[in-house]
Amino acid sequence: MTEVPTAARPAPQAAPVVEMRGISIEFPGVKALQGVDFRLLPGEVHALMGENGAGKSTLIKALTGVYAVDAGEIRVGGGPVTFSGPAASQAAGISTVYQEVNLCANLTVAENILLGREPRRAGSIDSRAMRARAREVLTRMGLHVDPASTLGEHPIAVQQLVAIARAVAVDARVLVLDEPTSSLDADEVAELFRIMRSLRDAGTAILFVSHFLEQVYEISDRMTVLRNGRLVGEYRTAQLPRLDLISAMIGRELGEMDAIARSADAGHADASRVPVLRASGIARAGSVEPVDLEVHAGEVVGLAGLLGSGRTELVRLLFGADRADRGTIEVQGRPVTIRNPRQAIAAGIAFASEDRKGEGLIADLSVRDNLVLAMQAARGWTRPIPRRTKDELVARYIEALDIRPANPDALIRNLSGGNQQKVILARWLVTEPRLLILDEPTRGIDIGAKAQIMKLVTELAAGGMAVVFVSAELEEVLRISDRVVVLRDRRKIAEIGERGASVADVMSLIAAGSESTALERTAS
Amino acid sequence: MSTATPLARLRTSGLLWPLVALAALLAVNVAARPSFVSVTVRDGHLYGSLVDILRNGAPTLLVALGMTLVIATRGIDLSVGAIAAIAGAVACTYIGASGDAGAAVVGMLLALLLCAVLGVWNGFLVSVLGIQPIIATLVLMTAGRGLAMLVTDGQIITVNNEAYSQVGAGFLVLPVSILISLGVFAALAVLTRRTALGLLVESVGINPEASRLAGVRSRTIVWTVYVFAALCACVAGLMITSNVNSTNANSVGLWIELDAILAVVIGGTSLAGGRFSLAGTLVGALVIQTLTTTVYNVGIPPQTIQVFKAAVVIAVCLMQAPKFRALLVRRRTPAAPAAATPAPATSEAGPR
Amino acid sequence: MRTTVTTATPATTTDAVAPAARPTRSRVPGRLVPVLATLVLFVLMFGAGAARYENFGTPQTIVNLLIDNSFLVVLAVGMTFVILTGGIDLSVGSVVALSTMVAAWGLQQGVPAPLLLVGILVLGTAFGLLQGFVIQRFDIQPFIVTLAGMFLARGLSLLISDESISIDDDTFQAIASGSITLPGEVYVTYSVLIALAVLAVAAYVLHRTRFGRTVYALGGNEQSATLMGLSTARTKIGVYGISGFCASLAGLLFSFYMLSGYGLHAVGMELDAIAAVVIGGTLLAGGAGYVVGSLLGVLVLGTIQTLISFDGTLSSWWTKIFIGALLLAFIVLQRAALRRRG
Repeated sequence: MTEVPTAARPAPQAAPVVEMRGISIEFPGVKALQGVDFRLLPGEVHALMGENGAGKSTLIKALTGVYAVDAGEIRVGGGPVTFSGPAASQAAGISTVYQEVNLCANLTVAENILLGREPRRAGSIDSRAMRARAREVLTRMGLHVDPASTLGEHPIAVQQLVAIARAVAVDARVLVLDEPTSSLDADEVAELFRIMRSLRDAGTAILFVSHFLEQVYEISDRMTVLRNGRLVGEYRTAQLPRLDLISAMIGRELGEMDAIARSADAGHADASRVPVLRASGIARAGSVEPVDLEVHAGEVVGLAGLLGSGRTELVRLLFGADRADRGTIEVQGRPVTIRNPRQAIAAGIAFASEDRKGEGLIADLSVRDNLVLAMQAARGWTRPIPRRTKDELVARYIEALDIRPANPDALIRNLSGGNQQKVILARWLVTEPRLLILDEPTRGIDIGAKAQIMKLVTELAAGGMAVVFVSAELEEVLRISDRVVVLRDRRKIAEIGERGASVADVMSLIAAGSESTALERTAS
Repeated sequence: MSTATPLARLRTSGLLWPLVALAALLAVNVAARPSFVSVTVRDGHLYGSLVDILRNGAPTLLVALGMTLVIATRGIDLSVGAIAAIAGAVACTYIGASGDAGAAVVGMLLALLLCAVLGVWNGFLVSVLGIQPIIATLVLMTAGRGLAMLVTDGQIITVNNEAYSQVGAGFLVLPVSILISLGVFAALAVLTRRTALGLLVESVGINPEASRLAGVRSRTIVWTVYVFAALCACVAGLMITSNVNSTNANSVGLWIELDAILAVVIGGTSLAGGRFSLAGTLVGALVIQTLTTTVYNVGIPPQTIQVFKAAVVIAVCLMQAPKFRALLVRRRTPAAPAAATPAPATSEAGPR
Repeated sequence: MRTTVTTATPATTTDAVAPAARPTRSRVPGRLVPVLATLVLFVLMFGAGAARYENFGTPQTIVNLLIDNSFLVVLAVGMTFVILTGGIDLSVGSVVALSTMVAAWGLQQGVPAPLLLVGILVLGTAFGLLQGFVIQRFDIQPFIVTLAGMFLARGLSLLISDESISIDDDTFQAIASGSITLPGEVYVTYSVLIALAVLAVAAYVLHRTRFGRTVYALGGNEQSATLMGLSTARTKIGVYGISGFCASLAGLLFSFYMLSGYGLHAVGMELDAIAAVVIGGTLLAGGAGYVVGSLLGVLVLGTIQTLISFDGTLSSWWTKIFIGALLLAFIVLQRAALRRRG
């Protein structure tokens, strides 16, 4: 069953430095990995590909000793190994840089690079030697950072590079880079790639995970594709066209996504009427330059732009999640003050944050409690929603949004990402908002739920709701939006009024002026 | 097996182990002195060891109820003991030598008012300034007893007021103090479970930021629970001083915050905040008081109370710790095929 | 105490980066600000006392602060380790009491003093390690575990005897009354020297050993520290062991000071230790702070007491009110500093 037509397996030039055979890992209720094989050769950059939930991070964590494997065998340098923890994996020559910067912000840059293997003299840490060694590593990487400065003072991108410096400093045999580029700008990515190439040429095996296809094609020699915890295949990058890669990753034809494309005349916003939302010159120092934005009833307005372009920051201002320090907002033509989420909710605005776990879910509460939370908060604690009304609402939305399991008493933490997202959506829909702001509603959920959510948004707009849709995936934004607002460097740079704009159009808008590459999701 | 369902429900509610501990303690008492369970009626008042447990446990229970809500919002209030001392100091100083019932009422109202202000202060530090609760309330814990001494001028103040004595020593079939505590318990149970207060407190405790974005008035809720905790501590302070008709700012409510926290933890409410159980707190407070009574009853030297307290705390906490339970489960089923479980194994230990 | 400053930016690199272009670069001390604030406070308070009262501004007064609080210095040093990891140890006051009790009772039973001294230190360390083990292995909150430890140690000491036992052993008397006279007619007790030695060793361990740096890493981000391959489990257990060691050592110093063992000694002393650590600029959330700060914190607390006793008109309870107010001031300052940074 697992045999999927694969490209001709490349003949290994050398014995693999890492070989994983038949790896299975199971969590309560989830088979994260099932019999996956993986090989990493010395002197190659190997991309690990797959959609969210494919098992990439589980495989990496098995390799780095964070998870113990339930079945299968890991060989490093030819010999079988069992890792008792991250330290054991590191001792075997495997160095890892995770997506979130896993360093200690309260320590110095030098310490973060060398902690655990500090140069010592007579048993005590030689901080002078440590700084010198750190400076040497940083210089080798072309980074000009004071090793004695506190890590937390530096921007995230620099912290990320310091994390890589830490990995480089050990001269590891295997370097694992899990989404290292997500917070880097074009120059920094180029810098990173330069470093990766020189390491590769020196014989290091590099395992690279990124969802930027562009980058994967630029840097990797071979790739392994996973889907739903199973191996799809192992390929030479040069021999695998993008379309084939994408279909290997998502496992169905792209056409399926077309079902959610709105027919061109569906959303028919009447521009002459008073807009549901009119924001003028709304801004916040250091996060958004003054922006004007109008959203009409029955209209989906997409916000496109790179990470850090101000798309998330802007919608947070509209909802009062962060306080705007300039600009005015009118809802249905009436000026409103929005200084906190409560005022926004009272004005009929709803907002689903991009950070579902941190800013959406109340993990230890049931689906029912999560679903009615916003409505209950608006009513105040003295006026509980009557039991019967509550049950009706919950039952209605569980059915309408196809939330599974259809059990209102299930703890939301036990639901899949897609179903959690649906509960959050339902939480807002019960408040009957005029304007629904969705920030990355489809991130990290499976493709089926994604299609369901896109379809729902379309229906809501058809029913007269105004929607602001933010997503890193241009394709998705373009499909669903009546109008696309393009942001760059915290400013609104364009508004594409009519449908029919292509990904290429928007990309060129974003790219104009900025230094090319590093585009998100250029899968087109 | 019709018994399986209630037992299962008891297990998932987290009340099982506290109840087992309570039952065990009671059993030890009965074994040592069978008359332990007997309750006699005199002058329409109930007397007996069980009634004593209720009466002596009343202040701790009251403070623990306030503490439960504070802990549910991810907080902790170390200042309740000091607040109880201040309440006793203010009431007794005001009442002084007066035997007038009016003076008692005014004195108690004054204490309540002042304690509400102290609660507002704690709540302000935590919810507005965003200071860690443990340290924010440490301020008042340290300074509070000094303030109480300031009020009483360092003296032990005795009062002789019939009306005031009722609060701590009065009887209305059962001791008035336990009626007050149980009344607060019932009112709180209704308030949190029949209105949406419980839901909102839990949601703030589990995820403050998500709650804020859902429009919950997190700040107001957090602020309110500290005021409530201070008021509970106030009444507890009045009970303690009224019971002995005097106040000593040095000793009133000393370490009651620790007993209260213990009661909450034994009752199954996690110190990490979130889901709380008022019934658990009730049982927890009873466990602690019964423990003390048991030591006296069984004839163990009273100095050992602390040792037993430590043992109970550790036992209950271990039984509630997912990692410890996982260890037990693994021991019981050595045939488990997986030699090593994946890291996030905690979820299999079952909901609280 | 030079060791604590090792991580500060050397002047040369500051110059190299950018000439005054970035104002944030100008702050060389950065992490030292809270400690400096405490130092300034101490100097101001002491100066005020010296200006106001005769016989206050003498070197002996400063040394007396240390003599009267040597046990608290040791206790605060141990507490600093724990708080740096983001934990807390409520048991230390009771362990002090237990140590005095074991010492007094042991001497009464005729146990040789040297054996007793070592035994108590081993016992205290083991007690701390045990608490650390429960905290680390079963993932139970330090607050609750050490609270149980607090009850246990207090109960055990009362179990040995609920009376105060006085100490008349020669060795103990000798250590207690012995002193060294420094130039300028200033005398110090052995306890002060022991406390300062503990402080120096602690500073060395925290800044020059892998264990010490792991302590800071734990407080900064435990998950990261684990992923970096540091031995976080061992370190976490270790800090409670250190705290237990310091508590039993403080107990010995306290028994030299009081020349008695009593189960109700040092009630609430854990709060003084925590207050000293916080006033000394250590973040309760962990990851930032210095043992020297804790020493200054103890000195500030001692100065308040001395000032009040010199004054004579203020009642003793003002001490508590002042300490509370100081705690408040420092917490609010820390909070403001964090906000500005974040």
